[in-house]
Amino acid sequence: MAKKVLLEKAHIKGIRAYDVYKAQGGYASVEKALKMDPAAIVEEVKKSGLRGRGGAGFPTGMKWSFLAKPEGVPRYLVCNADESEPGTFKDRYLMEFLPHLLIEGLIVSSFALGSNSTYIYIRGEYAWIVNILEQAIEEAKQHGYLGKNILNTGFDCEIYVQRGAGAYICGEETALIESLEGKRGNPRIKPPFPAIKGLWDCPTVVNNVETIAAVVPIINMGGEEYAKIGVGRSTGTKLLSACGNINKPGVYEIDMTISVEEFIFSDEYCGGIPNGKRLKACIPGGSSVPILPANLLLKTAKGETRYMNYESLSDGGFATGSMMGSGGFIVLDEDQCIVRHTMSLARFYRHESCGQCSPCREGTGWMEKILTKIENGKGQSSDIDLLWDIQRKIEGNTICPLGDAAAWPVAAAIRHFRDEFEWHVNNPSLCLTENYGLAHYADELSIVS
Amino acid sequence: MAEEVKKIKVTIDNITIDVPMGTTILQAARMIGGDVVPPAMCYYSKLQGSGGKCRTCLVEVSKGSEADPRPMPKLVASCRTGVMDGMEVKNMTSPRVEDARNGVVEFLLLNHPLDCPICDQAGECHLQDLGYEHGKEGTRYEFKRRTFDKHDLGPYIQLHMTRCILCYRCVYTADQLTDKRVHGVLSRGDHSEIATHIEKSLDNNFIGNVIDVCPVGALTDKTFRFKNRVWFTKPMSAHRDCKCCSGKVTLWQRGEDVLRVTARKDQWGEVEEWICNECRFEKKNTADWIIEGPTQVNRHSVISQGHYEHVLKPTETFSAVHGGRKPKLLMDIHSVSEVNDPSVDLSLINGSATGEVFNHPTKTQE
Amino acid sequence: MLKFSDNKLKEVKKIIDRYPQGKQKSALIPLLHMAQSEFGGWLSPESMDYIASLLTIDPIEVYEVATFYSMYNLQPVGKHVFEVCQTGPCMLNGSDNIINYIKTKLNIGVGETTEDGLFTLKTVECLGACGYAPMMQLGDHYREHLTKEKVDAIIEECRGKE
Repeated sequence: MAKKVLLEKAHIKGIRAYDVYKAQGGYASVEKALKMDPAAIVEEVKKSGLRGRGGAGFPTGMKWSFLAKPEGVPRYLVCNADESEPGTFKDRYLMEFLPHLLIEGLIVSSFALGSNSTYIYIRGEYAWIVNILEQAIEEAKQHGYLGKNILNTGFDCEIYVQRGAGAYICGEETALIESLEGKRGNPRIKPPFPAIKGLWDCPTVVNNVETIAAVVPIINMGGEEYAKIGVGRSTGTKLLSACGNINKPGVYEIDMTISVEEFIFSDEYCGGIPNGKRLKACIPGGSSVPILPANLLLKTAKGETRYMNYESLSDGGFATGSMMGSGGFIVLDEDQCIVRHTMSLARFYRHESCGQCSPCREGTGWMEKILTKIENGKGQSSDIDLLWDIQRKIEGNTICPLGDAAAWPVAAAIRHFRDEFEWHVNNPSLCLTENYGLAHYADELSIVS
Repeated sequence: MAEEVKKIKVTIDNITIDVPMGTTILQAARMIGGDVVPPAMCYYSKLQGSGGKCRTCLVEVSKGSEADPRPMPKLVASCRTGVMDGMEVKNMTSPRVEDARNGVVEFLLLNHPLDCPICDQAGECHLQDLGYEHGKEGTRYEFKRRTFDKHDLGPYIQLHMTRCILCYRCVYTADQLTDKRVHGVLSRGDHSEIATHIEKSLDNNFIGNVIDVCPVGALTDKTFRFKNRVWFTKPMSAHRDCKCCSGKVTLWQRGEDVLRVTARKDQWGEVEEWICNECRFEKKNTADWIIEGPTQVNRHSVISQGHYEHVLKPTETFSAVHGGRKPKLLMDIHSVSEVNDPSVDLSLINGSATGEVFNHPTKTQE
Repeated sequence: MLKFSDNKLKEVKKIIDRYPQGKQKSALIPLLHMAQSEFGGWLSPESMDYIASLLTIDPIEVYEVATFYSMYNLQPVGKHVFEVCQTGPCMLNGSDNIINYIKTKLNIGVGETTEDGLFTLKTVECLGACGYAPMMQLGDHYREHLTKEKVDAIIEECRGKE
């Protein structure tokens, strides 16, 4: 049984309420951290090896140490709860069931960073979670963990919940800051980075919900101890939200030592594919990371077992690997059409492009149109090459990573499933009624050494 | 005493220059001048916060700095990236830049109506120049181009949203020159548009400057609408004593008529000094102005075609030159060419006038 | 003239107080949510102008924001808005069938409102409920694991509220 440090107590009855949470050892990290030097907390987080859980996987301790600390200028911590990457719903679970874990992590992190006003920016659609969080904040305040002079340390801190209003792009940290300032969610042009010039032009750290929650066990057990969980640079535990064609969709906490095969097929996790179907493909880290066919998903191109951690999932680069991303694990069974699925993702990115820079604004719509054409049996074989060229010209050339996020799924679909695209093009009427199916996508690969 | 600004070295396309700390790559390239200057569609040195959006000025940083020589992994927007000491940049010498820029041009033109023949901006349009220099012939886009509901911005400014490239310059202009902005970028993604949401006219006394900053034909001068092609008009520098602005303008004349007034622009196409609406829209008589002389126009510009600066217009008529003799017909073209057969009425030809049209009547009769 | 109730105005003040002095524009998105729920489920130019006046910002700043975010309705909508997710993971679990079923059942297309003004059907992109697909948002809550039977029950439930 894998070690759990975040969701360990999620199933305890009434854990959402302060009293139960506290009785289970809650807020111990606040008691401990507020007696520490803020710099020592940052040090513990560095030692833990914790990497940002929002998708990019940047070392959190390092991000914290970049925060500028000019005299007389407020600093802000902003919690990114704008969870919108298709396939990802782990933060929602955490906030819904363990709101106090997030608040606890925020108090410790705010103290470490010197933030007296901390904001949780939550996606607008999670309206009911706003109430859950505000309730938790109120309870924490009543018990002296928030407000003025917390635990007589002289540290003041308020946490506010800000609701978004429907925009995937606000998950990008500078777009989130713009939105929090009451503006359109247009990502800023970097540099300057938020650590220097963020919310209201003050130094700001933006961290994902799960990242902040992980600070609690790190303080409780110590950074070194936390780093012992997991493997290599994939330390600690990771929340995965599994969905698509599996028997047990849901949120799972793993310690990054289990194999992809175990995650999909064991009863402890996804419980296999429903209706006796076979695995065709999977997007292991949220819709923007490369999709992999079954044969490359379960084993790397070198024929080694693929594990659920940062390094193993990206083994082989984009040619034969993928990414851990945000942990949105989307499984496709043999009945699913890759072209149609890619089209749906292209539609998503077109819909969510902010429209600020030209490659993303124009390119995402163009890709969606071509994919729709191919899906409807009206494509030509030159369209596949054109798609490839468009995604190539978007990737890396945009203001923010949304351009890459839109380009990668299209690129990976063509890279690994080109013959399914060609089948659509060559069988215009057949592709409207029939499915290309599993084809050879689960066949054993010859090992490239 | 002013502190001396530290000078640092930057190399662009193998040309090294010393620039003050805080200079951007684009500014440094402009100091060098010539072909190393990346094109810029959204950046505007006089508008704070502008730039970074159009991606035409992407360049490759092949060496980050002397201290950290690693190349930057991605192409960067030269208008918003500061130079570091010892930085090496590739613009026209980088195939990656050429490829990316080619893509950006294609993206910018993707939904553009290409209605240059009826666009008042034609001839001074930065998108035309960009397409000419960095684009490819033809388009790979085969879908219906985007359209928008039309919005009326009042008596002075004509908006053609289909031509807009969303550079945001007009938004920054209204923010930085006027006290109350009434237009902005509405909606999101490929539906983003410049609009006022509820019909409103733009009437601040300095709002006319949005016409000058617009790189394309999205915002044009309504008082000049369909009056003439810019290359038929003659730009003349002029000034007047104005209470609101510098009064330094360019008059665009046809004969003695002032068809249009704009701010004066520098070699990068940027306004030198902002002008007020009165100067721009209300003063259309030469008597309103003190004319300084012809405006220098880049000789590669279509506007300079047909303008022969410092060349006197001949005063003699044809018959005066010929000592009163009438011109004599030396050869009737129709006797040697079928193409100009006077019996063919060109306006009646259905489709394009090919050789077939002209060959047909005579050849079949034979 | 539109106006929030005194109670709502107190709430407005509380929201503005979350931000530093002079940064009241940060309250714009929460206030637009409030205006939408208080003034008929959509944002008319009049209600947006009202919010601009409350925050002492230019109306265009409100329009820019209101048109950017997909949760704001800029046209009147039905009393109950079915916002059905159609993105990848929901699609894998049959969201297309659910959308088609609602279309037939209510006899409206996507983006349309029933003649009685009760229901509007919208398709939306990923709402973060991929594991509980197919799903839709109805008001402040999610309805998950949708089936035709569940859709029928939801429609009846809404009608029952009349």
